[in-house]
Amino acid sequence: MFSVRIHGRGGQGAVTAAELLSVAAFDEGRHAQAFPTFGSERTGAPVVAFCRIDDRPIRLREPVMDPDAVVVQDPTLLHQVALFAGLSPEGYLVVNTSAPLERLGLAELVEQLPDGHVVAVPATEIARVHLGRPLPNAALLGALAALTGEVSLDSVCDAIRDRFPGHVGDDNASAATAAYEHVRTAAVGPARA
Amino acid sequence: MRSQLEGSQAVARAVALCRPQVIAAYPISPQTHIVESLSDRVRTGELAGCEYLLVDSEFSAMSACIGASAAGARSYTATSSQGLLFMAEALFNTSGLGLPVVMTLANRAIGAPINIWNDHSDAMAMRDSGWIQLYAESNQEAVDLHVQAFRLAESLSVPVMVCMDGFVLTHAFEEVDLPTQEQVDAFLPPFVPQQLLDPDDPVTIGAMVGPEAFAEVKYLVHATQVAALDEVPAIAADFERAFGRDSGGLLKRYRLEDAETVVVALGSVLGTIEDVVDSLRDDGFRIGVLGITCFRPWPHDEVRAALGDATRVVVVERAFAVGAGGIVGQNVRDATRGLPVVVQDVVAGLGGRPITRTSLRGLFEDVVADRLDASHLHFLDLDVELVQRELARSRARRRSGPHAEHMLRDLGTVASGTPHGGG
Repeated sequence: MFSVRIHGRGGQGAVTAAELLSVAAFDEGRHAQAFPTFGSERTGAPVVAFCRIDDRPIRLREPVMDPDAVVVQDPTLLHQVALFAGLSPEGYLVVNTSAPLERLGLAELVEQLPDGHVVAVPATEIARVHLGRPLPNAALLGALAALTGEVSLDSVCDAIRDRFPGHVGDDNASAATAAYEHVRTAAVGPARA
Repeated sequence: MRSQLEGSQAVARAVALCRPQVIAAYPISPQTHIVESLSDRVRTGELAGCEYLLVDSEFSAMSACIGASAAGARSYTATSSQGLLFMAEALFNTSGLGLPVVMTLANRAIGAPINIWNDHSDAMAMRDSGWIQLYAESNQEAVDLHVQAFRLAESLSVPVMVCMDGFVLTHAFEEVDLPTQEQVDAFLPPFVPQQLLDPDDPVTIGAMVGPEAFAEVKYLVHATQVAALDEVPAIAADFERAFGRDSGGLLKRYRLEDAETVVVALGSVLGTIEDVVDSLRDDGFRIGVLGITCFRPWPHDEVRAALGDATRVVVVERAFAVGAGGIVGQNVRDATRGLPVVVQDVVAGLGGRPITRTSLRGLFEDVVADRLDASHLHFLDLDVELVQRELARSRARRRSGPHAEHMLRDLGTVASGTPHGGG
């Protein structure tokens, strides 16, 4: 079982990202489950979504409390939400930021995780370039695929295009691909740099 | 075809495959995605021969279903929580008249305090409304139960409620194997009503009945429900032959062989419970699970037989009878009357509180070690100190103010400030 917790703000697509990740894993012949936490949903409010991926059917329905990977769509959540609660010592971390992780006060956490398991991705900037809108979720899925190898970039892009036909899907797939390349070429290993 | 999709979308597709002729509904979270999807399917013509009525309330929704069903149309609605309560009077009319309406209930808590999240308070409040109640463990089962529900309803001329946990299932993306139209058509014949409002052959439906026959009419409502105890498993067996899946039926037995301790539950929590039971079995505990798929009618004899060899039963339920205790627990105690078994009632997951493996494992270990007092109703993960602090505030002065607001302030969920109200 590989479990992912995505933290974002209402409107950034955290729920959609978890759903797309589950579709990508399903398309690769695996079992997957995605679900959000719910509140009185409103733009800007903290939102959490979950995805579990496994080789056998998933019966568990509790929220993901011990994630193998955490995706942070909005670094301003750092001081508001316990983003890293339960994160596995062997876990992965994807943070949407164009700043070094040290500047976000994450140096200590980064030290605790294995080399190559942490990456900072300027997903909002990537999204602005490819979509013309600051929606980081597709780019972060590409980054997660590159960092963990849990799903392939192709499956992520297929899931995106399937959900969003036309140029919206193509643009988001481009954003995912750009973030994937960003992680693959620049960030692995000295991800913290 | 196997697809990865949202539970609500899966159920909407399954309902559409059943070719309803009238859908009357009013949106309410967490059921809304289901009726939105069905409304789209009617608008685009994908669901042909169906009239979608966006009514002004849930009371109207069920009233429209009653009229449509009496006029011979296969009728469907969906609701949640207060929406079901607003239907209450019409629910009893549907069952009393013997009209085979099918409903999806996306289970949600009932206020006050207002809460949009999942528990079973809505279904349990209407458990004695004369509707058959089937509870889905997964989205696959929710799909399968809807196909079976239409056949069951029309076979006995009785309304059927398919309960699926709001948000936990309705908003979960997971794998679902959707049947084809040909498969569903072969399984579910066109609706042939037992009674029909037909201008060419006029009858009255809904006569006033006095003391001379009221008990007898009601007796037949009960007898029909009891007949469903045979019909539910028969339809599930037919379904398995046609679709190759073991879905529905009265009960689900999981690792009950040689089990001394049995957990009884219904709905989506069964999956989490099965995971915990697997880990306890690995550690040598003789424990199993009895899932209740059909809660109304209550399968008294089948439950009694399934629990006959147990020494301890723990009922984990997402609702309770205020001032009395467990609801499913009361039924289980009735079914096990005279047997040497201790039945514990545990209320869990109210208002969307997650039911976790850790808490369940702790509970089951306590049950196995006989550390739970069966004379009390238990609440899983109850924040006792929060309750005690509020009780102290209430004792401190007569006009202490509203509990809910105080407790949120205590938890820091809402900003603290000087509460209103004087001495």
